[in-house]
Amino acid sequence: MTGASGGEVFWWVAVPYFALGVFVLGHIWRWRYDQYGWTSRSTQLQEQTTLKWGSPIFHYATFAAIGGHVLGILIPASFTNFIGIPDHVYHKFAAIAGTVAAVLVIVGVVILAGRRLTIPRVRATTSPVDWLALVLLGIIIVTGIIPTIWNMFGSAYDYRNTVSPWFRGLFTGHPDVAAVSTAPTIYQVHAIAAWAIWMVWPFTRLVHAWSYPLWYLVRPYVVYRSRVPNRLNEPGTSGRRWRRVGTRF
Amino acid sequence: MRVKAQMAMVMNLDKCIGCHTCTVTCKQVWTNRPGTEYVYFNNVETKPGIGYPKRYEDQEQWHGGWTLDKKGRLQLKAGGRLKKLLSIFYNPDLPSIDDYGEPWTYDYQKLIEAPLGTQNPSAHSISALSGRDMDMKWGGNWDDDLAGATEHALHDPNLSNIEQHVQMEFEQAFMFYLPRICEHCLNPSCVASCPSGAMYKRDEDGIVLVDQDRCRGWRFCVSGCPYKKVYFNHRTGKAEKCTLCAPRIEVGQPTVCSETCVGRLRYLGLILYDADKVLEAAATPDPHDLYEAQLEVMLDPEDPEVAAEAARQGIADDWMEAARRSPTYALAKKHKVALPLHPEYRTMPMVWYIPPLSPVADIVHAAGYDEADPDRVFATIDSLRIPIEYLANLFTAGDVEPVRRVLRKLAAIRATMRAEQLGLEPNDELGRAVDTDPTDLHDLYRLLAIAKYEDRYVIPMAHAEDAGRLLSQHEQMFCSLDTEGGPGMGGAGPVSEEPNTFRGDDGRVHFNLLGWDGASTSPHLFPEAGGS
Ligand code: SF4
Ligand code: SF4
Repeated sequence: MTGASGGEVFWWVAVPYFALGVFVLGHIWRWRYDQYGWTSRSTQLQEQTTLKWGSPIFHYATFAAIGGHVLGILIPASFTNFIGIPDHVYHKFAAIAGTVAAVLVIVGVVILAGRRLTIPRVRATTSPVDWLALVLLGIIIVTGIIPTIWNMFGSAYDYRNTVSPWFRGLFTGHPDVAAVSTAPTIYQVHAIAAWAIWMVWPFTRLVHAWSYPLWYLVRPYVVYRSRVPNRLNEPGTSGRRWRRVGTRF
Repeated sequence: MRVKAQMAMVMNLDKCIGCHTCTVTCKQVWTNRPGTEYVYFNNVETKPGIGYPKRYEDQEQWHGGWTLDKKGRLQLKAGGRLKKLLSIFYNPDLPSIDDYGEPWTYDYQKLIEAPLGTQNPSAHSISALSGRDMDMKWGGNWDDDLAGATEHALHDPNLSNIEQHVQMEFEQAFMFYLPRICEHCLNPSCVASCPSGAMYKRDEDGIVLVDQDRCRGWRFCVSGCPYKKVYFNHRTGKAEKCTLCAPRIEVGQPTVCSETCVGRLRYLGLILYDADKVLEAAATPDPHDLYEAQLEVMLDPEDPEVAAEAARQGIADDWMEAARRSPTYALAKKHKVALPLHPEYRTMPMVWYIPPLSPVADIVHAAGYDEADPDRVFATIDSLRIPIEYLANLFTAGDVEPVRRVLRKLAAIRATMRAEQLGLEPNDELGRAVDTDPTDLHDLYRLLAIAKYEDRYVIPMAHAEDAGRLLSQHEQMFCSLDTEGGPGMGGAGPVSEEPNTFRGDDGRVHFNLLGWDGASTSPHLFPEAGGS
C-alpha cells in the first residue's frame, strides 16, 4: 500500500470498508427492528401490463450480470488459465454474454423506471430513498455497460488484473490501491456507485433480495402454527421506527 | 385419527336482506386504513353477478385453488413450487386493482373553499392510489341489486352452463345475496401458495392468518385463493385477510360481521375433523362427491371414540362440550341443510350456506301450492324462481340432488310449522319424505327461526393457561393483531377500578404492564396462590 495518497486511500479503502460496515450493520438493524417493513413492495396490483415485461427481464438479466461479476471479479484470471481457458476465449465469452445481459438489463430498467416515472399510481408508492437507489442503479448500469460493449470491439481493458485484485484484496485485508487507482475513470465510477448502493441497500426495498424463498421448494404445503403472543418491541424502540425508511407512507 | 377443532360459520341465505351492515362494520374494524381502501374482508354480492373481484369464480381465468393432475394427485391450479419461484417477479394470475375497483375519495375541501357563485360547488372523485382526479368505473358493489345486470350478470361464471334458462328481463329475473368472508379452509390453497411460509392455519381453531412480520409481498396467496379473500395492502406491500376476528373468538365473542348482522343469519361453532383425512378427501376424483367427502372428514363429538381420542390429543373438555353444542355442526352435518361454497375448488371451505328458499314459495303459491300435499310442496322446488342448477353451481359443484334435498327439507319445515301454528293437522308425511323425524324437524326449526344469541354463537374461549407458555394473547392489553401499522385498531382496553389494571374481555382483571416501573406492586400480574 506504499505510495498511495490520502485521496486514494479514502476512495479505495475507507469508502469500501465503511460501505461494507453500513451494509452489514444496517441489515442487522433493519432485520431486528423492521420485519414489518421488509417486503418487495410490489406494485403489480397497481399496474401489470408493463411490469409483465419489465420485471422478469430486469431481474433475470441482473442475475446474469451478477453471475458475470462473480466470474470476472471473484475468480482470479490465474484460475481460469489454470483450468485451461485461454484469455482471449474468456474475453470473447465475457464480452458477448456480458453484452447480452447488459442490453437486457437496460431494456428492463428502462421499462421499470419509465413505469415508475410516468404511471401516477406507481409513482405514488416511490419514496425518496427509492429514487436514490434508482439513480445509483442507473449510474452503475450505464458505467457497467459502456466498457462491456467497448470490450467487444477490440481493445479490451484488463480489469481482471487491476480492479479485481483490489476488490478481492478488500476481503483479505490487502486491497491493491495502486492497481485500482490507475484504472479508467469509468471503472472507478462504477465501483464507487456500487459501494454507494451497498450503503443504501439495507434501508430500501432492495432487502427483498435476501428473502427469495428457496425454502418453499421443500416445505410442506399447509403450515400449522400454534397461538403465540406477539413479539414485544425492543425496549426503547417502537416497532415502526424503521418503517418510514423505504416506504413513504 | 388426528382430531382438530375448526371454528366454522354457517350463513342462512334466506335471511340476508343485502343491507351490507356486516361489510361496513368489518371495514370499520379491520380495513379502514390507507392501503386497504379497496379491501372488504366481508363483502355481500348480488347473485347472479360477476362478484368481487370481477369473475373471481372463473378458475380457468384466475387459476385459484387446487386441481387434480393426470394421476389424480392434488396440485395447485396455478402450478407447482418451481413455477412459482420462477414467476415470482410477475405473478401471471394476480387480479389488478381495476378488477376490484380503484379506490377513491372526494375532494371535500372544494365544498368549503369554492368561491361564492351561483352554482353549487361539487366535490369530485380523487384516486386513493395516486391522489389524482379520476372517473369511477368499477367498485366492490357496482352490480349491487342487479344494477347493470343486462350488461354484467350474464358474465357470472355460475351461469355459464345454464344460460339458456336464465332470463334477465325484469319480470323473470331472480336474485339473492351472498355474503362472503374467508372460508378458513381445511386445505387452504393460499397457505400452500405462500412461498415465504408467512401464512398459516392456526392449530387450535383452524383460523387462517397472515404473519405480517414474515410476509414479503410475493402475492401468490392472493392469486392462490380461489375466493380471492387475501388482499394486497398497496401501502405496506403485505397481504392481509379476514382473521375470523381472531381476537374476539379467543375470548368467546362472535365475529364482528356475525354480531352486527341485522338478519341474525350467521352461526358460529366448532366442527371437529380428522386432519389425516383432509388431503384424501380433497383429492376425491369426482367433483360431485366433494361435498360428501367433506362431510366424511367431520367427526361426531358425541361419538365416545372421537371424544376419547380428542382428550388424548389435548382438546379440552369445554371445547368438546362446545363442539357438542355447535350450531354449525348441527346445520352442516347433523341436519345437512348447510352446503359449502364451491367445493370444486378443493380447498375444503368452512363457511357454509343454507340455500335460499323464499323467492320460491311465492310463485309456488300461485301454482297451486298446498302444504298438506307433499307432492305439491316438493314438485314446486324444481320450478323455483332461482334455478336449482344455479344454486348447485354455487354449492355442490353442479350436483342438483343435495340442493334439492335441502330445499325440500326447508319447505317441509315451513309447511309443518305453518300447519302447527294454525292449529291444522300436522302432516307427518312431509317430514318422512325428507327423512327427518319430528324431533329433528323441530330442532331445525328452532335453530333456524328462533335461536338466541347463545345458541347461534357457541364459542369456547382460547385456553391461555397452556397456550400461554409465555404471555398469552388475550391476556395482553392489546388486541393480538394490534401491531403498529397492522390491522388492529390501536388504543387501550377498557379501564378498571385498581390503578394500572383493566378488565379484559374475558371478564378478569389484568395488570397493565405498559408504563410499569418494575418496582411498584403489580396486582393480578400473576395468578393468586390457590388458583383464580
Ligand atoms: S378462502 Fe381463506 S383459507 Fe381458503 S384459500 Fe381463500 S384465503 Fe385461504
Ligand atoms: S370474521 Fe371479522 S374479519 Fe372476517 S369478515 Fe367477519 S368481521 Fe371481517
